[in-house]
Amino acid sequence: MSSGSADAAVSAGRPVKGIEQEIRAQLVARFGDRLREAQVVRPQVARIVIDRKDLVEVCTYLKEALAFEHLSCITAVDWKDHFEGIYHVSNWHNGCVVQVTAHIPLDDPRIDSVVPLWNAANYHEREAWDLMGVVYEGHPKLERILLPKDFKFHPLRKDFAQEVDRQYISRRKLKGGK
Amino acid sequence: MPEFWINMGPQHPMTHGLWNMRVKVDGETIVDAEPEIGYLHRGYEKIMEVREFQKNVVLTDRLCYVSSITWSHAYCLAVEKMMGIEVPERGQWIRVLSLELQRVASHLMWLASYGPDLGLLTGLLWALRERELFLDLLQLLTGMRMNQNFPRVGGVRNDVPENFDAMCRRSVGYFLGKLDGYERIFHDSKVFLMRTQGVGKISAADAIDWGVTGPNLRACGINVDLRRLDPYEVYEEVDFEPQVWKGTDGGDSYARFICRFNELRESCRIILEVVEKMPTTGAYRIRQPRRAEGEGFAHTEDSRGEALFYVAGDGDDRPYRVKIRSPVFSTMAATPLLLRGNKLADVVAILGSVDVCVGEMDK
Repeated sequence: MSSGSADAAVSAGRPVKGIEQEIRAQLVARFGDRLREAQVVRPQVARIVIDRKDLVEVCTYLKEALAFEHLSCITAVDWKDHFEGIYHVSNWHNGCVVQVTAHIPLDDPRIDSVVPLWNAANYHEREAWDLMGVVYEGHPKLERILLPKDFKFHPLRKDFAQEVDRQYISRRKLKGGK
Repeated sequence: MPEFWINMGPQHPMTHGLWNMRVKVDGETIVDAEPEIGYLHRGYEKIMEVREFQKNVVLTDRLCYVSSITWSHAYCLAVEKMMGIEVPERGQWIRVLSLELQRVASHLMWLASYGPDLGLLTGLLWALRERELFLDLLQLLTGMRMNQNFPRVGGVRNDVPENFDAMCRRSVGYFLGKLDGYERIFHDSKVFLMRTQGVGKISAADAIDWGVTGPNLRACGINVDLRRLDPYEVYEEVDFEPQVWKGTDGGDSYARFICRFNELRESCRIILEVVEKMPTTGAYRIRQPRRAEGEGFAHTEDSRGEALFYVAGDGDDRPYRVKIRSPVFSTMAATPLLLRGNKLADVVAILGSVDVCVGEMDK
């Protein structure tokens, strides 16, 4: 299935120093100003910010040219004025992790699915849809996974209120007052 | 025969928690499978948004009640990355010590539940007996047997007690002597070998593609251990060998058993090394900023695979968003591949070798 797995079996399992600079440079060379941001966060971790329309292209490049075979995690963040789809992909050969942040508009929370690239995305996208309500287009089975099937809301959105805004015990309460 | 679906769960001795494995059988052979999860969903990611950074440690402990410290440590690490603070060296050593004690306790719990799955009731009794040694050590260190609430953002809660290194040496030495007996009851049992070897196979390429991590991935012969590949805390200074399946026919229940079992020895080796090398003086905790802005993530080698926390802050004293990546959640997506083509009676033996913890899977 994935091309580099034979190499992974013989990889030393050790990090490669300075790999994050190299990966960042390669991404910048390939995508240029389509990357809104491209930084090195810390050793072995790079971070790029893109628009949602470039997601599949960037992920395909990461997987096929740069051997990022492992998709760690997919999540979404509700920033009230827009959504962010956040993808953590890892390279098992050199220990590099790239965090891909894709901007999704608030009024149209849709983004392309990456299940064709990594099957691991299947459950993570289902979970992100279930809890955050971001629609992953092209996902084979976009159904509720953690919440009941007849649940009507996407509870991790910020407009889904909790019982309390802040878990807080006042001194007065501790002394027995209200 | 006509094919039909069988529900194994949500109440089933195999599940070790509350979830449902639906399997489609043709006679006795499994043709398809589908896990149904979410029975234990408690909305952790949402609850954490109204609690302060430090208070969330209590919650993350309860993600996996068998392996609390590894989870709260992963959370603290992610928050520290966001705040840009670093734990003092001695704090890092204490963390590694507590992590490895917890890992042994967690693997022993897995061994204890895996034995009865295969009819080896002795495994349950022996493994739980020896787990007490490590729970006692954890109790000495943290004051708790379960849900220790030990790591803190910026360090650990308290210093190691007096004479703790000697106690570690004594308990670990005793345990290492007992481990040979364990090997005998499992490896010399013909029933055990028949029910695990060649059963529940997954190829290395599929395992990577489906996001399988930890001992389950190393059982496919892939040398990935985040303690080595992306070292955190002081794991770089500790000399240990990630347990990888060496042969060519890995990926079955037996290989998963061997990798996990050998990790018991390896973790004991780390514990002994840490009490040897740990500095005896110095700070174990620094004061963390109360408010934080930005984002940070950390991924660590949990007992069951890669645990990842992504934390975002908006300048308040609470996280704006927390994402928990559970290794069992990802492995669960790959279980249909493990099960297809095997017999119905082997479902228990296969899923036991994966080491399912529902608490962290459902969050």
